Amino acid sequence: MITMAILLVAMALAALWTVTANLYLRATIALALTSVILTVIMFRLGAPTAAVFELSVCAGLISVIFISVISLTHRLTLQEFLSRRQNRFARFRYLPPLLIAAALAMYFARQPLGVSLPWRETVTDARSVMWDLRRFDLFGQVMVLLAGVFGVVTLFRGAKNRDGR
Amino acid sequence: MIYLFIFIPFLALIVINLLPQGEGEFAGWAALAVFSAQLAAAALAACGLIGLGGGWLDQLLHFRLLSDRTGLLLLFLAGLVGGTALLSGWRLRGASRSNFINLLLIALTGINGLALASDLFSLYVFIEVVAVSSFVLIALFRERSGLEGSFKYLMMSALASVLMLSAVACFLVAADGMSFAAVRAALAVPGNYLARAALGLFLCGLFIKGGLVPFHGWLPDAYMSAPAPVSVFLAGIATKAAGLFTLVRLVRLAPASADLSAVLLLVGTLSIVVGALAALGQRDMKRMLAYSSISQMGYIVAALGTGSALGNAAALFHFFNHAVLKSQLFVNAAAVEEQTGTRDMDRLGGLAARLPVTGTTSVIAILSTAGLPPLSGFWSKLLIVIALWTAGHQFYAAIALLASGLTLAYFLSLQRRVFFGRLRPELENVKEAGAALLLPALGLSALTVGVGLVFPFILGMFIK
Repeated sequence: MITMAILLVAMALAALWTVTANLYLRATIALALTSVILTVIMFRLGAPTAAVFELSVCAGLISVIFISVISLTHRLTLQEFLSRRQNRFARFRYLPPLLIAAALAMYFARQPLGVSLPWRETVTDARSVMWDLRRFDLFGQVMVLLAGVFGVVTLFRGAKNRDGR
Repeated sequence: MIYLFIFIPFLALIVINLLPQGEGEFAGWAALAVFSAQLAAAALAACGLIGLGGGWLDQLLHFRLLSDRTGLLLLFLAGLVGGTALLSGWRLRGASRSNFINLLLIALTGINGLALASDLFSLYVFIEVVAVSSFVLIALFRERSGLEGSFKYLMMSALASVLMLSAVACFLVAADGMSFAAVRAALAVPGNYLARAALGLFLCGLFIKGGLVPFHGWLPDAYMSAPAPVSVFLAGIATKAAGLFTLVRLVRLAPASADLSAVLLLVGTLSIVVGALAALGQRDMKRMLAYSSISQMGYIVAALGTGSALGNAAALFHFFNHAVLKSQLFVNAAAVEEQTGTRDMDRLGGLAARLPVTGTTSVIAILSTAGLPPLSGFWSKLLIVIALWTAGHQFYAAIALLASGLTLAYFLSLQRRVFFGRLRPELENVKEAGAALLLPALGLSALTVGVGLVFPFILGMFIK
């Protein structure tokens, strides 16, 4: 129970870091961390398939975000950097009331959702899910990461010279 | 044998990057060998001359691959269009060349994975492989327009991914797993509304990936802003594999229902009409082809909407023809752009005298796309109209027929503004494109005429 609470708090903190980080690279790392913690939580809850899916999606997502960020951003000036750092929490001013409202809604709607889960996990070992059941996906995930790596190489190579920086 | 479709492009990618690059000549020839081998192997397998067993690799890897004629069709087209795109980009040099080849091979692995996947989540993973490599390919030259086109595709693709992943999550609850068999069983249970909702979500994701109306906003910009060889690959196979092929797989899992049929017929017909009308008003050659692509994909979706065996066969046959014809037309656009430096049709004219091969092959592709006999496009459109009519959708059949007239109208306008009429003085010195663009154009034209003449053979080879 204590481990789970620690994991949940760690995940919430990592998620908060993701949305408040003022450097895209840090935000990407924080997102990866959030996803990894969520994966661990899913494993501990006895849902290894969902955990493997989470990890898979995260691998693809990180690649996509990396490429989009690299292709769309330019280096910030010192003034821009300082201004963004100063105002990074401003956009979250509506978050606390929203969180309180969500918590209250969850408290008052603690009834079961009525959705039965017909599919019970027969395999509970994560390695078994990864290597025996989802091996083809694993190959696909390697290819997504490779595409991301080649994307970074393609969009980065020579960029400094071109920009004169 | 079947595992080679997955591993050969992957191994080629590794070998190409391990060996010294030089001017990228070896990489080009190696990639061309991979595409040609895939084309030949898929054709031989479809004829039954080689088997598709997994052999000892199946014992070792347990990928649970699905080998059927529909998958073979995609493998064949991936080899054909990929090889065509590679030849179209043959003149690229240095880093652009090696990046182009690397990403093309990754995308090929993704498409092959899609063709052979037997599981909904695997389909999603390989769709992402194709999508990520496509984002980078569009922005290959890091020009502003390319980055903008790539960004639009990326944003819409992210939305599609959210929808498809939500569908996967719903199927995990509503079905006994993600395999096609489990999903089919879940969809067949009356009252399993969660499974039906998941099907709807996945369909929406695929409509976005395929660029169908009303989710088509990204497609013309992506096709237009991509470098010429990348446009060939995107229009010819990448978006078709990620959107339409997966749609074919998914629709086959669902039992025939009036709701599903209505959605497919509506989206298909909207795409046919909106795409054709939008194509009529374009000045940019590639943008017109992009809208034409939306219209032709609409025919495929409408045919799937009939839910009949004939409709399925017609959809797959048009999928084949559309991939060949659109690759052909984008190769022609690449030749025109390379030789004249523009795609603006109002600044072109009379090029048939200077680009006779490009002009002639363009006429063949245009007439076939518009559905004129005896070319390949005529037969697939005829089958689609018959399938719609016999399924009781006479209204949609009439729209499909009338839209063929629109197709002929905008394509004749293209042909007249680019190739016919008086040659502009500033185009006096234009010469015919090089062999790297002419050979695929001639090959694809021969295929269009040949398939038109022996269409029952092709229909039986890949579609039964």
